[in-house]
Amino acid sequence: MTTTLTAPKEQSCTLLAPGHTACTGCGEALAAKLVLGAAGTNIIVTDATGCLEVFTTKFPQSSWEVPFIHSLFENSAAVASGVEVALKALGRQNEAKVIAQGGDGGTADIGLQALSGMLERGHDILYVCYDNEAYMNTGVQRSGLTPFDCMTTTSPCGEFSWGNKHNKKDMPSIAAAHGIPYVATASVAFPKDIENKVKKALSITGPKYMQIHSPCPLGWRSKPQLTIQVARLAVQTGLYPIFEIENGKVTKVRKVTTPKTPVEEYLKIQGRFAHLFKSPKGKEEIQKIQEIADRNIEKYGLA
Amino acid sequence: MRLDLGAIAKAGTSKANQTGSWRNYKPIFHQVKCIGCGLCKIYCPEGCVTMIEKKKYTVDYTYCKGCGICAEECSSSDIEMIVEEK
Ligand SMILES: Cc1ncc(C[n+]2csc(CCOP(=O)(O)OP(=O)(O)O)c2C)c(N)n1
Ligand code: SF4
Ligand code: SF4
Ligand code: SF4
Ligand SMILES: [Mg+2]
Repeated sequence: MTTTLTAPKEQSCTLLAPGHTACTGCGEALAAKLVLGAAGTNIIVTDATGCLEVFTTKFPQSSWEVPFIHSLFENSAAVASGVEVALKALGRQNEAKVIAQGGDGGTADIGLQALSGMLERGHDILYVCYDNEAYMNTGVQRSGLTPFDCMTTTSPCGEFSWGNKHNKKDMPSIAAAHGIPYVATASVAFPKDIENKVKKALSITGPKYMQIHSPCPLGWRSKPQLTIQVARLAVQTGLYPIFEIENGKVTKVRKVTTPKTPVEEYLKIQGRFAHLFKSPKGKEEIQKIQEIADRNIEKYGLA
Repeated sequence: MRLDLGAIAKAGTSKANQTGSWRNYKPIFHQVKCIGCGLCKIYCPEGCVTMIEKKKYTVDYTYCKGCGICAEECSSSDIEMIVEEK
């Protein structure tokens, strides 16, 4: 028996149906809505355990208007690999594109091995990492993509700590090092850019990696109405560089503002960095964060 | 007890959750200064803003959680957040 893989639903409504239970102002919900909107109905998506999966699939309900599979926290890329191979085996690879998804923890930490395998084997899949910079679904624990000096429940700030003492893992470079055709970063502040990049990625055969900066008002302790503003400032300061890497070469970047926007502008509207503003010594820490932004600007030519 | 290996949910069934009940603030789309940029619709995380005509957008209060992103990002300050009274 063959079933129709994708049945287009009411075209007017979004492919991520409302009624999902993401927090008010959730950047990850917005990012997923934008990815689906750009990808269209002829897709099969997988997702790792995490906020996106939990708030869209409160059993027995689902927000997904396209075929969706959730298995475990660590294996979204492996499940997607299986789907892609199955489509090929059935000779139906032209009927649907495969998109694998995961949070930053599910991608850069626990799912890294499955993702690396997917990239290495050359599956025709777009992998999307929704980067909210911590394990949000379980209560804001630090991940490999949590930024420097950020307060999380497992990197608390206090007398002996400024928060997360490690640097954000350079996941796009790790993906690119697999020699894949397309790597891109994006931000919910720039929806048209997300749309273009998803469409471009899906037009390329082979493994693609995309990482979308998605503010989390709960974990970042930012006001829900400022989700876009926070995301925009991350890009404008150079703290979240936006670029495309095609076949190993940086081909396109989004420039930062001139004159430079100081990182304070970004940090001060988020409670996760509030400790940096409470003592004079915090200034030195902010300077270290400014240097991270400056290095990004230099490395990717964002000025 | 029956143990199923997988669970299947029907597409789009989350619409049964009327998340509008979460709201503390309510966006009012004045539809006066609107220039039709569509940002309110694009940026809404709930996907509950719709276009009625070119310079007229509206919100489905059944799902709107009142985050205020639409009002914050509106190109012409044509959306106002008011305290919700229930
Ligand atoms: C093997 C395994 N370990 C731990 C968990 C618990 N767990 C579920 S979601 C999650 C955090 C997800 O973080 P991330 O991938 O960043 O997604 P987010 O919720 O932030 O969107 C954790 C630790 C799990 N489900 N499975
Ligand atoms: S915790 Fe953060 S990522 Fe998770 S649903 Fe809430 S706002 Fe979204
Ligand atoms: S307040 Fe938030 S949820 Fe409501 S319509 Fe505006 S953006 Fe959408
Ligand atoms: S954001 Fe404002 S100006 Fe733009 S379409 Fe919506 S209401 Fe109109
Ligand atoms: Mg996360």
